[in-house]
Amino acid sequence: MTILVVAEYENGAVAPATLNTVAAAAKIGGDVHVLVAGQNVGGVAESAAKIAGVAKVLVADNAAYAHVLPENVAPLIVELASGYSHVLAPATTNGKNILPRVAALLDVDQISEIISVESADTFKRPIYAGNAIATVQSSAAIKVITVRTTGFDAVAAEGGSAAVEAVAAAHDAGISAFVGEELAKSDRPELTAAKIVVSGGRGMGNGDNFKHLYSLADKLGAAVGASRAAVDAGFVPNDMQVGQTGKIVAPQLYIAVGISGAIQHLAGMKDSKVIVAINKDEEAPIFQVADYGLVADLFEAVPELEKLV
Amino acid sequence: MKVLVAVKRVVDYNVKVRVKADNSGVDLANVKMSMNPFCEIAVEEAVRLKEKGVATEIVVVSVGPATAQEQLRTALALGADRAILVEAADELNSLAVAKALKAVVDKEQPQLVILGKQAIDSDNNQTGQMLAALTGFAQGTFASKVEAAGDKLNVTREIDGGLQTVALNLPAIVTTDLRLNEPRYASLPNIMKAKKKPLETVTPDALGVSLASTTKTLKVEAPAARSAGIKVKSVAELVEKLKNEAKVI
Repeated sequence: MTILVVAEYENGAVAPATLNTVAAAAKIGGDVHVLVAGQNVGGVAESAAKIAGVAKVLVADNAAYAHVLPENVAPLIVELASGYSHVLAPATTNGKNILPRVAALLDVDQISEIISVESADTFKRPIYAGNAIATVQSSAAIKVITVRTTGFDAVAAEGGSAAVEAVAAAHDAGISAFVGEELAKSDRPELTAAKIVVSGGRGMGNGDNFKHLYSLADKLGAAVGASRAAVDAGFVPNDMQVGQTGKIVAPQLYIAVGISGAIQHLAGMKDSKVIVAINKDEEAPIFQVADYGLVADLFEAVPELEKLV
Repeated sequence: MKVLVAVKRVVDYNVKVRVKADNSGVDLANVKMSMNPFCEIAVEEAVRLKEKGVATEIVVVSVGPATAQEQLRTALALGADRAILVEAADELNSLAVAKALKAVVDKEQPQLVILGKQAIDSDNNQTGQMLAALTGFAQGTFASKVEAAGDKLNVTREIDGGLQTVALNLPAIVTTDLRLNEPRYASLPNIMKAKKKPLETVTPDALGVSLASTTKTLKVEAPAARSAGIKVKSVAELVEKLKNEAKVI
């Protein structure tokens, strides 16, 4: 059994999500190969070769794979897939964009966002916004799977010494093109990888008030998230959204400030180790999942909290 | 251009679902069903494209049980011109749905297919991408903005770090993110008029589609429940607990 992991990368190195995905591959068992597809990704391949437990790194460095457009990258993965029992990718926006296209080209079902590996063909995944856990079994010759990164502890980024092999195949469907991107800039840790997350909801009142959360987060070394209500109200950009339709986080500590706790939001954070809720409505559903709840006005409680930590 | 929109009948997003005692699935008997929220956004986007003069006809399609006619009627009341129901079993995998949709695409020859990015029941986020693969069309997933630009479609996508814009050749597949638009409500006169709009029912067999699957669900369980927490009285007590009891800061 050999498993192909499609690497997620940023700033010239593999992203943390890749390390969680390799961990899931290791649970399945067998050799783990990592595919790095993109343009000028030599550095990424080098960092992938150092990941503990990776046997081989395949590099497809071609202008067609820049910005990992699925129309071009999916045929590449399909071409490589015949040698593999499993194709895995992290359930990031890239993984979710590409892998279903790969699965359909291979004529197999895809399994989305697994949270555990029961055996080489059986996996658990959440459905209904995390309100039920399904155990699914695949009879596909090549199992195509996205991995919920918070479900698996990352493998070590250093210590491996995999061979790096270039893949010559160039697929350019010529039906899509990258136009531009607008990335949110932040010095804080990445939301899905942060140990502590401070999130604000509609109770923040406006975007300006999020500065209270930013200064608390900076003191804690935390990332800042938001509920859909806060994003829809325009307080913060959408890439900060935690929930079924946003990002899934499972930090050591999640502090929900002015968030009622709708099903949609809970789907994105209820696997956090410790949940703290600060809300002035003592009936808010968030208190049903919070380990520590504080019924208070957030505009008094948050600055005080910042002072005390 | 002709626009095809796929909609799914799912349990209403406000319903707290319960797992069946025999772990065979989720109990959907006597539970409120609605159009999947992401599909509503897809219908709204198609209607807006028609209002802008970009789209000429909107065909709405659902692959599912006979009761999905209700959701198709809703889409017709929102502004779709006609509907197609591919009548099939309740729980289908994404690939089977994508294959049924491919057959409808072959027949209808739309220039644009709009789907929701995911259904809130199965949470798969696969069908649009799979349909794109089967048809060979370009895909603009998780769209928060769609603009027709000549023979291309500019789609702004929500990605992990922010936003990305891609230009797609037509015909293309777009899947909607929540921020694409705010769906309108159907007015009573439009609901009445929708009853007279054409709704065609076909079977997968008639389309020549096999709904066989490589995945089966062995069991469905309730997630591990979180143990009840405590309420603290002050910020000082909260900090003390976090430091000494939970040891997370």
